Amino acid sequence: MNTLFDKIWDQHVVTEIKGGRQVIYIDQHYIHEVTSPQAFAGLEKRDITLRRKDKIIATADHNVPTKNQHLPISEPLSKKQVSTLMRNCEKFDVTCYGLGHEKQGIVHVIGPELGITKPGMTIVCGDSHTSTHGAFGCIAFGIGTSQVEQVMASQCLILNKPKTMRITVNGKLQRGVSSKDIVLYIISKLTAAGGTGHFIEFAGDAITDLSMEARMTVCNMSIEMGARGGMIAPDQKTWDYIKGREHAPKADKWNEALAYWKTLYTDAEAVFDTEHTFEASDISPMLTYGTNPGMGIKIDTHIPETENQKALDYMGLSTGESLIGKKVEHVFIGSCTNSRIEDLRLVAEFVKGKQKADHISAMIVPGSKAVEAQAIEEGLDKIFEAAGFELREPGCSACLGMNEDKVPAGEYCVSTSNRNFEGRQGPGARTILASPLTAAATAVAGVIVDVRKELN
Amino acid sequence: MDPLVRINSTAVPLPIEDIDTDQIIPARFLKAITRDGFGENLFRDWRYGKSDQPKADFVLNSDIYSGQILVAGRNFGCGSSREHAAWALHDYGFRIVISSFFADIFKGNALNNGLLPITVTDAQLDYIFQEIEKNPEHVFDVDVEAQTLTVTKDLEVKFEIDEYKKECLLKGYDDIDYLLSIDEEISRFEEKQVIY
Repeated sequence: MNTLFDKIWDQHVVTEIKGGRQVIYIDQHYIHEVTSPQAFAGLEKRDITLRRKDKIIATADHNVPTKNQHLPISEPLSKKQVSTLMRNCEKFDVTCYGLGHEKQGIVHVIGPELGITKPGMTIVCGDSHTSTHGAFGCIAFGIGTSQVEQVMASQCLILNKPKTMRITVNGKLQRGVSSKDIVLYIISKLTAAGGTGHFIEFAGDAITDLSMEARMTVCNMSIEMGARGGMIAPDQKTWDYIKGREHAPKADKWNEALAYWKTLYTDAEAVFDTEHTFEASDISPMLTYGTNPGMGIKIDTHIPETENQKALDYMGLSTGESLIGKKVEHVFIGSCTNSRIEDLRLVAEFVKGKQKADHISAMIVPGSKAVEAQAIEEGLDKIFEAAGFELREPGCSACLGMNEDKVPAGEYCVSTSNRNFEGRQGPGARTILASPLTAAATAVAGVIVDVRKELN
Repeated sequence: MDPLVRINSTAVPLPIEDIDTDQIIPARFLKAITRDGFGENLFRDWRYGKSDQPKADFVLNSDIYSGQILVAGRNFGCGSSREHAAWALHDYGFRIVISSFFADIFKGNALNNGLLPITVTDAQLDYIFQEIEKNPEHVFDVDVEAQTLTVTKDLEVKFEIDEYKKECLLKGYDDIDYLLSIDEEISRFEEKQVIY
C-alpha cells in the first residue's frame, strides 16, 4: 500500500548509503542562466563532462529583458550571464532554447509545453518552483547549484526521503475563484513553513476538476509552504495534455507509457505522515498583505492581528484594514505561476471592452514564446492593447526583481507571481499576491476589487 | 569544500523569523558566473540604504557583534533555492547558522558548502539570544565530531546531523566525489530503467 510519491521515489533509488540517505536517479534536468554557470565551471575544474547530455534542456528566463528581445541585452552583467549559458551549452552539447528561440520561455512553462515533463519521472532544476511539474504526477523539486553540478556529473542526487503529506480539497469552487486562490488559501492556513520536510500530494475533486495548467499553479506554490514539492495523480486530463506534444511517446510507446502511467496513484490504504482537508466552498479570492506568502486573507476579510509588525510596516498596512478599495499603482500578470495561455485567456475575457485605470501600469508577460504566439493567434494581443495592458515578451520578468522589470520603492503591485518577500519585485516594492482575475479586475478598477462582484 | 571541525566564536544575533533567501542575497546580485564575492551583498537591503550608506541599526554594521556564527529566527532560508545565499553567508565569514527551524533547500545548500545549520529548540534559541545580548563577547563552541554546541556551562546542545553529511563536513568531501565513485552502480540502474 503505497502513496504516489513512494511509488515513484522507490523506483528511482540507485542505492542506499550510510545514515539512511539514498542515491536517487534523475530522469530530467532543466537548467537556466542563473544557477548553472558555477556548476559548469565545477565540471571543468574537475575535468569531467555531463553524464547524460540527452537529459538536460536549457533556457534563458530569469535574467532576460521582456522588451526588444531581438536586440543585444543592454545590461552588461545580464548579457554576460546569458551568453555564458549559450557558450556552456555549445561546449557541452546541451539543447538550449536561448533568447529569441521559438521554444524559449520560463523553464517551468516550456517543460510541460514541449511534453518533456511526464508522469512517473524525477525532475530537478536549480529553481525552487520546479515543483510546478508535479502537476503531471512526477517528483519534481528545486535544487541548489552544487546539486545541479551533481546531476550533471552523475545524473543522481544524494537525498533523505521526505515525509509525505496529502492536502485534500473537496467540493466546488465559487465563480471567480481559481486555482491560485486555492493554493494561497492553503498556504494562509498552513503558514510559509507548514509543509517543510514534506512532499505534498494534492487531491480531492476541487483539484481533479482543475485543468492541467491550473494544477500547475497549485503545485508551483508548494514551495511557498516550505514543502520539497507538490504533485497530483495523473488522469485523463494529463494524458490528453501530453498526447501529441513534441516529446510525448508516439505509437506503441504511447500505449506502453499509458499503461504504466495508469499505475501512478495513491493506493486506497496508503498512509501519509500528515493529512489536511479543506472545503472548496470556504475559499474566496485571496490576497496577501504581508511579506511572506503565508500572510494571506480572503479578499472580503480584514488584516488580522500579527506579531510580524515589521511586515505590516514594510507594506504600509495595518491590522483591521480591508484591502478592498486599496489603490495600487501596478498590476503584473505573469511568472511561472500564472503566465500560461489559460491565464491570458481568462484575463482577456475579463478586460475585453474595458479599459485599465489611468494611473495603473498593467503588464502581461507570457510564459513562453509558444504562449505568446498562441495569444497573438487568438487575437488576445489586440484585446490587451485596446484595454491599455502592455503585452511583453517571455521571461520571469517582474516576479523576482532581477531583470529590468521592477516595481519602484513604496509602490503597490497586485501580482500573479509567487512571492511577496521584501524587495522581491525590486527594493522597497510592495507586492500583493493574487489570481489573474483579481489582478485584471484591479487594473480596470484602479483599486483592489472583489472580482466576484465584477462578473456578470 | 573546506573541512569544518570545530568553531570557537562569538555570534551575531538576527532575531527575525522567516528570513528568506531574497533578503540574504537579493536577486539583482545573482548575475555573477562564479561563486565568489557574494559576501559583499549579504543582507544587502537591510545592511545598506538607498545610496549605499551602511544602516547603523543593522547588526552587521554594528561594532558590538561579530563572529563566525549567525543566530537567526525561526524558518531561516525559506524561499528561493539560490545557493548564492549559502555562498554569501560563507563568503562573509560565517561557518555556522543557528536557528530553531531551517527551510529544506537552504539546509541542503548550506551543508554542501561547509556551512553548518544547527537546529535548536525555540526555548534554546531564546536563551542563546539572551546570552548574546548580555554579553556580545560571549564565545560559543561548536564541535562537529561530538555534535555539540556549548552555549554556557548550563546549556550544551547535542545537535542532529546525518552520519554521511557529518563525514563530508569533517573531511571537506562533497557529494560529487561519492557519486563519481559509484559510477558502475548508476550504469546498472540505467540499463534496467524503462523511460517514456
